[in-house]
Amino acid sequence: MARYTPPPQSKIGQMIDVIVLLILSIGALYIPLWLGLAGSAKTPLTADNPTWESLGQNPTMVERWNQLGFADPASAHDMITARFDYSFTWGAMALMVVVIAGYFALMLRLSEKEYREVIDEKFERR
Amino acid sequence: MADFDITSPTMDGIASHGTKVGLARVLGPAHVWALGVGIVLVGEYMGWNFAVGKGGAYAALIACWFAGILYSCVAMIDSEVTSTVAAAGGQYTQAKHIVGPLMAFNVGLYLVFAYTMLEAGNAITLGYLISEAARMTAGVTDLDQRPFIILSIMFLAWLNFRGVLATLTFNLVITAFAFCAILVLFFASAPWSADSPLAHAELMSGQAALPYGWIGVLAAMHFGLWFYLGIEGTTQAAEEVRSPARSLPFGTLAGIMTLLIAATLTWYICVGFLPWEYLGDGVNGAVAPLFSAAQMTGSNFLIIVLGVGTLFATLASANGCINDASRAWFSMGRDHYLPQWFGAVHPKYRTPYRSIIFLVPIALIFALGAPLDQVITFSILSGLLGYTFMPINIILFRRKWPLDTIKRGYVHPFHPIPAIVLLALCSLTYFAVFLGYGTQLIAMVSFYIVVSLWFHFWRYRFVKRADQFTMPWPKPKGY
Repeated sequence: MARYTPPPQSKIGQMIDVIVLLILSIGALYIPLWLGLAGSAKTPLTADNPTWESLGQNPTMVERWNQLGFADPASAHDMITARFDYSFTWGAMALMVVVIAGYFALMLRLSEKEYREVIDEKFERR
Repeated sequence: MADFDITSPTMDGIASHGTKVGLARVLGPAHVWALGVGIVLVGEYMGWNFAVGKGGAYAALIACWFAGILYSCVAMIDSEVTSTVAAAGGQYTQAKHIVGPLMAFNVGLYLVFAYTMLEAGNAITLGYLISEAARMTAGVTDLDQRPFIILSIMFLAWLNFRGVLATLTFNLVITAFAFCAILVLFFASAPWSADSPLAHAELMSGQAALPYGWIGVLAAMHFGLWFYLGIEGTTQAAEEVRSPARSLPFGTLAGIMTLLIAATLTWYICVGFLPWEYLGDGVNGAVAPLFSAAQMTGSNFLIIVLGVGTLFATLASANGCINDASRAWFSMGRDHYLPQWFGAVHPKYRTPYRSIIFLVPIALIFALGAPLDQVITFSILSGLLGYTFMPINIILFRRKWPLDTIKRGYVHPFHPIPAIVLLALCSLTYFAVFLGYGTQLIAMVSFYIVVSLWFHFWRYRFVKRADQFTMPWPKPKGY
């Protein structure tokens, strides 16, 4: 089997590759943030004149909130009532499974193709 | 003719007297332990408490232990493969030899992003700590944290640029201090005493016990990984340990046990001091939970000890992260998986200086522009994808090179049960991330799909084929 000889890459080509990787990696995190699609948004309940009791806080909890600098229930209200929304649709769940399984399937298939070339060249030259 | 024989006890290529594989073998199991724990211990000082936010205090404890099982499987599998692939690069090198180039490229990226994001998280915590110190000592309430974030990353990058060997011992000392600080806070809280300030029963009663029910326990698994994320970095030392067969399994598994103890103590202290809603909000509430717990004691001594402990843990971890991420990036450059410009070594300091410098702005962009939980999620997701690779890796490894074809330094027991358990726990964790952070999950995996296509259809043409396989192994079965 003829040994594969890679083509040389110019400095500009290398720089373009670096820029592409940078854009992709930064975009992966920032695009969801910019579009306001990122999770973790916990939504506090709305309440007028909350009390420690209405917030479900016992005396020990109240004492700890005071120690932390939250002198009144209103100041701690948002933190206490904020909750994640764990409701989801089966469609979204299926999308997640397809994307992850598809990713690994794609990667293993393409890797296998490349790996066979490596093994063929490596062991046929011995 | 090769001067090694992988089946020979004296020329096997994995022992100090072995052969070919180049770097000086000077490290023992204690070093391996310290390398792993040094990077990871910061996980007890910040980040894990988001698990409390996702499911409540009990959910975080259950997640902590299930994540412990996940990492025990990681350590068992990794120890077997690494004790045979005795070369720097860790999982990247494993993937290159066992699965294929594209998998290796992805694993290299997992390592780089997991460590770079962890570094960014460390810098954010350090900035917070300094602003808290300014508030407590000088009453400054609106200190700009950004200069401190920039300075810390630049300083550590400079240290790495100049060579980290001299700072390794210092790193070990500050890691030991950070671990002891947790013990000091635990004993100072006197949990056995009736006068203890810990109030678990009161703080975890009623709706505080399981605020989201059992789905919250599942969701908490997402940040449960943070207690241990990075322990797999011990494999980066494979080429430099005296006896991979003994040092890697012992050091890695001892590291897991240490972290299990530290994680459980951390959970116990923090949930006994802080209301779960405050503890679970790592952005506006307990950014550094052990430090917040120390503040609750009112003891200046404990505040200083835990403040310094947090500082040391973040510095030690960030230093290790820069080291590991830059080496993975460098290795990919050297193999031409990335532009070969990154494969350069500094002529004087013998460090991968271009990779170190290149990763600085990436860490800064995330440390300055993204909330801590997003940065941590990005790191966890890269780690999680890496853990999903491991069961595939060990199954293919055993299939391509059965036990009687290559001498292993360590053979993990009960195969394939650890692989199956690991795969099941990884699947569970994907679902946990999906609950609340599904967009990031899809965005992250989409990113890896796009870069995989980029690599396969464009970048791989610049890679020499046979040169990628460097281990002295026989031809794999089935090829």
